[in-house]
Amino acid sequence: MSLHRRTVIKAIATGGALVGASVLMPKLAFAAWNKSAFEAKDQTAAMKALLGAENAENSSEVTLKAPDIAENGAVVPVTVSSTLADVESMSVFIQDNPSPLAAEFMIPAGTAANVATRVRMGKTSKVTAVVKAGGKLYSASKEVKVTIGGCGG
Amino acid sequence: MAKGILKVKAKAAGGKTKVKMMAKHIMESGQRKDKKTGELIPALFLQNIMVKLADKTVFEANLGPAISKNPYLSFSFEGGAKGDEMVITWTENSGKTATETAKIK
Repeated sequence: MSLHRRTVIKAIATGGALVGASVLMPKLAFAAWNKSAFEAKDQTAAMKALLGAENAENSSEVTLKAPDIAENGAVVPVTVSSTLADVESMSVFIQDNPSPLAAEFMIPAGTAANVATRVRMGKTSKVTAVVKAGGKLYSASKEVKVTIGGCGG
Repeated sequence: MAKGILKVKAKAAGGKTKVKMMAKHIMESGQRKDKKTGELIPALFLQNIMVKLADKTVFEANLGPAISKNPYLSFSFEGGAKGDEMVITWTENSGKTATETAKIK
């Protein structure tokens, strides 16, 4: 029991340390929540803030699964997967959202480069998945039509 | 500990563990207006979810307000066996954080 308790406390402490680090030194903490990237108003700026580059190479080894038409923009299922080796992170950008960066997933070694989630889309937009593998960026995009937006209301 | 917001289904098969999880959270985007006052409702969303197995991070997600209400995530990783406990820590943009555990089935 005491061991278990220690693990839990340790986990909390690590979580807290990450939050602190994100305020003080966003560059050093690899996995910290990147405020400037998440608040950026256009995709290029968000990509630059998050990944350090404005462009990613289009690659067939990155797969973005999303519907052609999303009836409800509040819930759009998106799956990102990649067959590339050494995937470090995968991010989802929605070009025409108020803040294009939707999510960033860290993929430690041993974890499959295949993540599914659900995103909100304000209107019809291009959705881009950017995969960072071996220090390089690869991407895949897809246009998703939205009939009812999910941001305002 | 407060009642958890996470619903986790993790299944180990063939040396891999497949995880599907859903957090019960409003994920307020900060774009919506209060219908009565016409003022913007401040954003409130989960910004980080970290999943650990035996002190090793197996998955981490940084989320923005563009993630749907009651965020759903699915991923899989190598390792993990039936009965192992995953430690999941989530952090809200308000700074609120909590740790929950889930057993692999």
